[in-house]
Amino acid sequence: MSTFKQTLRQLLIYKSALIGLIIIIILVGISIYAILAIPYDEATKLWRAGEKYWLESPRNALPSWINIFSSKKMPETIVLDTKKPKPGVSKAIIPVAEKFSNIKVEFSFNYEYDDFPSEINIFFESNHTASVPKLTVYWVKPDGEEIILANLLISKDDRYYISNDEKLARELKNIISKKINKTIDYEAPITLLLFAQEDAGILSPDTVKVMKGNYKLWIDGIIFETNVNLDAKLVVYGKVYGWAGTDHLRRDLGIALLWGAPIALSFGVTASVSIALIQMFIGAVSAWFRGITDNIVQRITEIFMVIPFLPILIMISTFYKFNIWVLLVVVIALTIFGGGVKNYRAMFLQIKEFPYVEASRAYGASNLRIVLYYLIPKVLPTIIPSMVLSVADFVFLEAALAILGLGDPLTPTWGKIIDDAYSNGALYKGLYYWVLEPSVMLAAASLSFAMLGFALDKIFNPKLKEI
Amino acid sequence: MSSPLLHVENLKEYFEIRRGLFGKRGYVKAVDGVSLTLAGREAISIVGESGCGKTTLGKTILRLYEPTDGKIIFRGKDITHLGWKELKWYRRETGLVQQDPFGALPPFMTVKRILEEPLIIHGIKDRKEREERIYKALEGVKLTPIEDFINKYPHMLSGGQQQRLVIARSIILEPKMIVADEPVSMLDASVRIEILKLLQDLQTRYDLSVMYITHDLSTTRYFSERIYIMYAAHIVESAETKELLVNPLHPYTRALLNVIPDPDPSNRFLIKEVPTGEPPNLINPPTGCRFNPRCPNFMKGICDAKEPSLIEASKGHYVKCWLYG
Ligand SMILES: Nc1ncnc2c1ncn2[C@@H]1O[C@H](COP(=O)(O)OP(=O)(O)OP(=O)(O)O)[C@@H](O)[C@H]1O
Ligand SMILES: [Mg+2]
Repeated sequence: MSTFKQTLRQLLIYKSALIGLIIIIILVGISIYAILAIPYDEATKLWRAGEKYWLESPRNALPSWINIFSSKKMPETIVLDTKKPKPGVSKAIIPVAEKFSNIKVEFSFNYEYDDFPSEINIFFESNHTASVPKLTVYWVKPDGEEIILANLLISKDDRYYISNDEKLARELKNIISKKINKTIDYEAPITLLLFAQEDAGILSPDTVKVMKGNYKLWIDGIIFETNVNLDAKLVVYGKVYGWAGTDHLRRDLGIALLWGAPIALSFGVTASVSIALIQMFIGAVSAWFRGITDNIVQRITEIFMVIPFLPILIMISTFYKFNIWVLLVVVIALTIFGGGVKNYRAMFLQIKEFPYVEASRAYGASNLRIVLYYLIPKVLPTIIPSMVLSVADFVFLEAALAILGLGDPLTPTWGKIIDDAYSNGALYKGLYYWVLEPSVMLAAASLSFAMLGFALDKIFNPKLKEI
Repeated sequence: MSSPLLHVENLKEYFEIRRGLFGKRGYVKAVDGVSLTLAGREAISIVGESGCGKTTLGKTILRLYEPTDGKIIFRGKDITHLGWKELKWYRRETGLVQQDPFGALPPFMTVKRILEEPLIIHGIKDRKEREERIYKALEGVKLTPIEDFINKYPHMLSGGQQQRLVIARSIILEPKMIVADEPVSMLDASVRIEILKLLQDLQTRYDLSVMYITHDLSTTRYFSERIYIMYAAHIVESAETKELLVNPLHPYTRALLNVIPDPDPSNRFLIKEVPTGEPPNLINPPTGCRFNPRCPNFMKGICDAKEPSLIEASKGHYVKCWLYG
């Protein structure tokens, strides 16, 4: 349609509209990508899955691209699994006596980062029946120093949280203190003790350095049954993960950042468009029929206008934890009789007197047809700017509710990330990325619609052109 | 004469008004006891100054207003108080041409859509048939070549073209009667005659009856067979066009004739009276003859005392004036 092209051309004169439009296009692109790459069901499942699913990712990791901008190289996560053989992973089970076997697992990896890992865990999987395998875990530093980390009796599905082993921490501290003849008198985590250069620098957390080079973790053990398979997986958790980092539950923030886009867009656009259309319809019906219909609509509108929207919404969502789509319906239901109805009614009271409406009656148009095809289309273009503008409002509303802890607890949204970050003290802990990433998305989304809306307003209602 | 197409009897249309919040109720008596007859294929003119109730009369006859009193008989059927559903056939049999062509067209619809609407409403489901009728109507009003117009929006047309489109819409359902309410008064003088001729042409071609409403007596000459002079919600004189123009009886008609810009210089000084004063208030019209405050032939004690009745002064020539009764 040529009027569309015309509007577009006029629109692009405004830089803000251009920027807004570009951001919206990007957001739409992100949304399409999110929907195609991670279907909604999968996304919500991943998001709700909890730590079990995310066992291999670090907690509260920064986004990986931070390494590009920082001279200090932050560690990535290293996963070595006997089930997925590759260089540096070896496993051998050798029968030694009638029923006994000897198991030997060796993991070796290069560690060239400037910071210590965040955690180290070993996960075991064994199919023994009665007798429990007995394992010894050794740690070999690049300088050849070997220490025993633990002696373990493992169950079928077991794990050893090396970095949580306080006894080991004390032992390591003693060993190192003896070696350098000075005591380490701060709470040095195991990850530090296992990876540190054992010199004077280790005495303070500010001067301690990573010993770079080839590390080895090996397991030597005895299995007391025949035909037992035992697998081990070593995870050295890094401090960066993915393009977005992770949260306190090890979840990839990328999922929520990606999926936040289609959810925010569909929430904002659906709310804004359906509220505008329904309000317009109600206003048109009210103006067209007048009389008792008008009276009833006016009174209902007045009631809804004095009901404070946000407090009611907060109250309702405190009592019921909605999923986001129910929330959308509630928001729409609370708004359809809003003040907009009065504005639309006033517009339609004028329009209904237009000769073309009278003409339509003369050739027999029904009331419904007049409302839908003769009254509403006249107003529609003039409200597009405010419709676009209010998308921004509703995107923010959803986020605001989530931040107040009243949103959908299970769906990955930007607001939900901010809520999580806030309730886990992200800013206090210096995890700025956790708050910044969703905030930037949120700001971009609302700002883009606002910029586009204002520009559209200047075109459709030229009287408001800036001075 | 066979039974007429339209017969209007003592039609009244009062609009309720309220002055202020608790003010007294009053009525604008926009049409106050009008009777007229329109035969098939006949064209009549309703002539009167602004605010005398012409538009209201036309719209009431088309049942765009609910009549306050009186009767409207169309093709033998009383349609005065029919409901919306029963009126649908009447809508199909009648058409309306309004004064302001641009206002009469929905600005957001294309020419095609505008003409399609009445057809859709009246249940013409076949797209091909609709298209054919749209083409026929556009040809009928000479909006050709059709391809140049069919996808345009009203604002892309000139005033004359817009009015042609309005006329096309009014005849697309092939009605028996159209009400043309000052169809040329908002157009450029250059296209007025053109549009009037078009209407005249369509009237004969489609066997239409036309009720032509105007404040300009001069335009009726080209057009109608019978003229009704309306003053302050009343019909004050009616006669065949020629008879009325040659032999006007009512002082108001004479005054109207005087204000016609007559191209013939020999006629220019024929009539002397000029209607002075304001058109009467329709809420509280003057007692007696409603024209009495402005009438050059005012007779005290008669004209302001009692309303004259409509009498037949000569055959087919009716007048509502004490000079003749
Ligand atoms: N819907 C309405 N409600 C109240 N009063 C009305 C309404 N429509 C018309 N009137 C009044 O009725 C009177 C007649 O109006 P109408 O439009 O019929 O006059 P008209 O002869 O067509 O005038 P014009 O030549 O200016 O079109 C006017 O005084 C007008 O103000
Ligand atoms: Mg009028």
